[in-house]
Amino acid sequence: MNAFYNRWLGGKKGTIELAILAAFIFVVLPLGLDVFRLNMVGKYLTYAFAAVGLVMVWGYGGVLSLGQGVFFGIGGYCMAMFLKLEASDPISTAHQTTPGIPDFMDWNQVTHLPLFWEPFHSLTFAIVAALVLPAAFAYLIGAAMFKRRVGGVYFSIITQAIAAILTILVVGQQGMTGGINGITDLKTMHGWSINTNSAKYVLYYVNAALLLGSIMLCKYVLSSKLGRLLLALRDKEDRVRFSGYDVANFKIFTFCLGAVISAIGGAMFTLQVGFMSPSFIGIVPSIEMVIFAAIGGRMSLVGAVYGTLLVNYGKSAFSESFPSLWLFLMGAMFIGVVMVFPNGLAGLYETYLKNWFEKLLSARLSVRSNAIRGGLPNEQ
Amino acid sequence: MSVNKTSLRPVVRKTITHLAAGTLLLAAASAFADSFPTSKVDTTGLAVTDKEVIVGQLHSSTGTMAISETGAIEAEKLAISQINAMGGILGRKIKIIQEDGASDWPTFAEKAKKLLEENHVAAIFGCWTSASRKAVLPVLERDNGLLYYPTFYEGLEQSKNVVYTGQEATQQVFAGLDWVAKTKHAKTFYLIGSDYIWPRTTMKLAREYITRVLHGTVVGEEYAALGSTDFGSTINKIRLKHPDVIYAAVVGGSNVSWFKQLKAAGINGQNHTLLTLSVTEDEAKGIGGPNLVGFYSAMKYFQSLNTPKNQEFVKQFKAMWGAGAPIGDVTQAAYEGPWIWKAAVEKAGSFDTDKVVKAEESGTITFDAPEGMVYLEPNHHLKTKLRIGEWRADGQADIVYTSPYIMPNPFPKGY
Amino acid sequence: MDGYSLSDLWSILVMQGFSGLSLFSVLLLMALGLAVIFGQMGVINMAHGEFMTIGAYTIYFCSKIVEKHFPEIMPYYFIIAIIAAFAIAFLIGYLVEFLMIRHLYRRPLDTLLATWGLSLIMQQIFRSLFGAREVSATLPNWLMGSWKATPDIDIPLNGLFVMAVSIVVTAAVIGFLFKSSWGIKVRATTQNRVMAGAVGINTKKIDRLTFATGCGIAGIAGAAFTTIASTGPTSGSLYIVDTFLVVVFGGSASLLGTVASAFSIAQAQSILTFFMTNAMGKVVTLLSIIVILMMRPEGLFSSKVRK
Repeated sequence: MNAFYNRWLGGKKGTIELAILAAFIFVVLPLGLDVFRLNMVGKYLTYAFAAVGLVMVWGYGGVLSLGQGVFFGIGGYCMAMFLKLEASDPISTAHQTTPGIPDFMDWNQVTHLPLFWEPFHSLTFAIVAALVLPAAFAYLIGAAMFKRRVGGVYFSIITQAIAAILTILVVGQQGMTGGINGITDLKTMHGWSINTNSAKYVLYYVNAALLLGSIMLCKYVLSSKLGRLLLALRDKEDRVRFSGYDVANFKIFTFCLGAVISAIGGAMFTLQVGFMSPSFIGIVPSIEMVIFAAIGGRMSLVGAVYGTLLVNYGKSAFSESFPSLWLFLMGAMFIGVVMVFPNGLAGLYETYLKNWFEKLLSARLSVRSNAIRGGLPNEQ
Repeated sequence: MSVNKTSLRPVVRKTITHLAAGTLLLAAASAFADSFPTSKVDTTGLAVTDKEVIVGQLHSSTGTMAISETGAIEAEKLAISQINAMGGILGRKIKIIQEDGASDWPTFAEKAKKLLEENHVAAIFGCWTSASRKAVLPVLERDNGLLYYPTFYEGLEQSKNVVYTGQEATQQVFAGLDWVAKTKHAKTFYLIGSDYIWPRTTMKLAREYITRVLHGTVVGEEYAALGSTDFGSTINKIRLKHPDVIYAAVVGGSNVSWFKQLKAAGINGQNHTLLTLSVTEDEAKGIGGPNLVGFYSAMKYFQSLNTPKNQEFVKQFKAMWGAGAPIGDVTQAAYEGPWIWKAAVEKAGSFDTDKVVKAEESGTITFDAPEGMVYLEPNHHLKTKLRIGEWRADGQADIVYTSPYIMPNPFPKGY
Repeated sequence: MDGYSLSDLWSILVMQGFSGLSLFSVLLLMALGLAVIFGQMGVINMAHGEFMTIGAYTIYFCSKIVEKHFPEIMPYYFIIAIIAAFAIAFLIGYLVEFLMIRHLYRRPLDTLLATWGLSLIMQQIFRSLFGAREVSATLPNWLMGSWKATPDIDIPLNGLFVMAVSIVVTAAVIGFLFKSSWGIKVRATTQNRVMAGAVGINTKKIDRLTFATGCGIAGIAGAAFTTIASTGPTSGSLYIVDTFLVVVFGGSASLLGTVASAFSIAQAQSILTFFMTNAMGKVVTLLSIIVILMMRPEGLFSSKVRK
């Protein structure tokens, strides 16, 4: 139990952080928001998976991946393929030239289901694929780059190039992927409609639980020897290498972990929003995911969630009233978080609020302990 | 300023904004609202009060699609301000909530949902790309909202919640091919489009029509990646095949590159026949008139259309949005959206979606648009004409052909 | 390819060869500015596409003024406008370096984010200044149409022009880097900043000039591309992917790598799109790039990318 407390929750400080976050997304938000806004928050929370992954990869691993959208997209597409096949049963697609295949295939003169779609009739396969494929792909990229000690900016732009190329591929192969429209009009999961209000609540809670689970998993990893090595590695990579560690493997592992966590977000996105589109794979969403993590504080797992919520809330609120102002604000946010607040919200908390908060806390505690001591004269 | 004859026609057909007529009608309007109490015209909890009705406008004002969607935004605002000047709908002024889709399909879905579930708008005027429409469609069907969609598109869709004021593919393709085959004695065609659903579907129709009906040959069919800016090799292939007609549906930034590089390769209106489905006055401005001279576009509307109705419309549009603003096919189609909605609401005597849809499907909704009379068919598309425009150096087109009315047929059999 | 005469095939071969070269010069011109900044300073300028757009809008702006007030210089204005495009992009680059980049040299990843933010702001400024619609500059006649080398061979004039600009700029960059004293200082700073400072080179000034020059080159590229592509607030995003691919594939630090990479990507794409469809050609090119990058992540030419 103590090991769980220290390693999965991150000790006292970590537990308080997690408890506050859990209370916020499990209790405060569902009570304070109607189902529409809650679904929207649910959608944002799926981006938070990518941001949490980035905290691991970027904050702790020291490599900035600008291709996080790729993994988010793979997860999302795997889920979307399963849901689309379920939505394309022969009866509801009877008016098509080839009934029983997804509508976009029919529009693109595809006459039978491509082979790689077949296994996606199974939900189990779809879920396994949503986790394994991103990990495998991340392993491939990671092994190719880190083993050759490619890092820094160069790694970032390669991942970005991969994101760009994959978008073009997905958009170009529209007979198999739905092209620029993506995979739309998803309805049920094993007969359970994902569009009803009750389904939205269920999915919201599942999503929130998975997010907390992911954060705990990351905390566990960080509290292990690997976590300490990662920190050492980020500060003095060569010394870790000279100490006889295979640095590349640690980086690859972290990169894969970040990929899998993003993919979970992608799969949950598809379920909550009801479609998946290539606009999540490309350069723009991938960079936006970085800004979520940066605003939250690149070293703070919990901060990533707040960062994501804050940026997306701002985006939606601003674009409702001043769409043009929004781009200025977003741009300013990028520049500001880099130049003025490099540690994001978490940094702000550490520098300004923490002292005050702790003072408050300790003041309370000391008052209480004084009370307990029954008015004994102060030792000070 | 005098009240002209059109204002004496039934309310449905009115498009005028003369202030005199407006004030006259304003007086009538309050009486109008009394005869349509809110409890009657809105039984489904829409944002309707005794004074106003709220509608949504959902286009991209930022991102890559803002280039195209700006015209639609402007046209819809013009139409709504004109309707308001005439006293509104069922005595209620229209208030717009504008949302930015930001050229991002998931954002479109989110904003549509927001408009319907939070603002309870009575109708949405919006979307441009097929992708955004596809993203919004499930939301519309679930929340039973109304969308007025202005772009010419690929067809293969008919939702009770959408009115398509642009042409579907068969309306745009067949008559244009007939014309080019007849006047240019064309037998061989080279098809080129951007690589997504609209050009693909359109080209599929064109290929079938060319081989089966026109007994011509398709000597090449080609799709360019979206955003592609290099057409050198493609143009060389076209030269090698010597087609009678180049039939093009390239979109976005690629479109500009495509025409600039054609011109540079010595292919121009004097020595080749090129018919495109994706150049309106909006695109012409970006491509540059001199690069287009002598090429043809197949559209239902051109700004140069010489009717009093259209000249009035062009004048009003320029007065509101500046002399530099071009008016393309989609802009005009977007202008029709609010008017069609108005006609349907007034026929239904209610803002309730189901009643409006019933009115729309009655086959009796018409509108005297800048392009001429249009008829809303029960399949939610408009019966319109097709026009062929020949581009001039100033970025305007001379209309060289006008087809008879063409029935919309979103699900063509045998294609 | 039966049914075609030999002369037909010959002229297609010539024109096809030309379009490959023309694409090469386009890609090279796009990537050059980015490569200078990245290669010499290790900074990735994500607003590169927007600096190109600045160049394009400069041409548009100049063409409007000339058309209205000085129609007699219409045939020559383009040359002046290109210089103006360089100057404006250079100045803005200089300013950006001063305000932003110089504070971030120790954090190259952060520069990437900050310049991305800058690109968003710039896009919105373009939209507010010039409107959301695309515009087109009026080009002088000598830039339009084609040169008929033989009755069957049309060589695009704008292609020739871009090629000429590309050659001039590349030559100028190489000349400056390797022959001028500025270039020697730049290279000294790249190789050992501390030592360079110690021997009296003002490294801060060198950085600023290098960054501004890279931006200026982007401005020239954007200006030259008005002859072949579109001008709108988001036009920069059309180029950015290709630009990055060229630089990544080339392997950063060497200009030679950038040239070689632009050449091989251009030839592959040009030949493939001739024998397949345009979209398929692009897809196969991109897939090959991914595969090669997996096997050789340092790019074609690598020297100093090891971290």
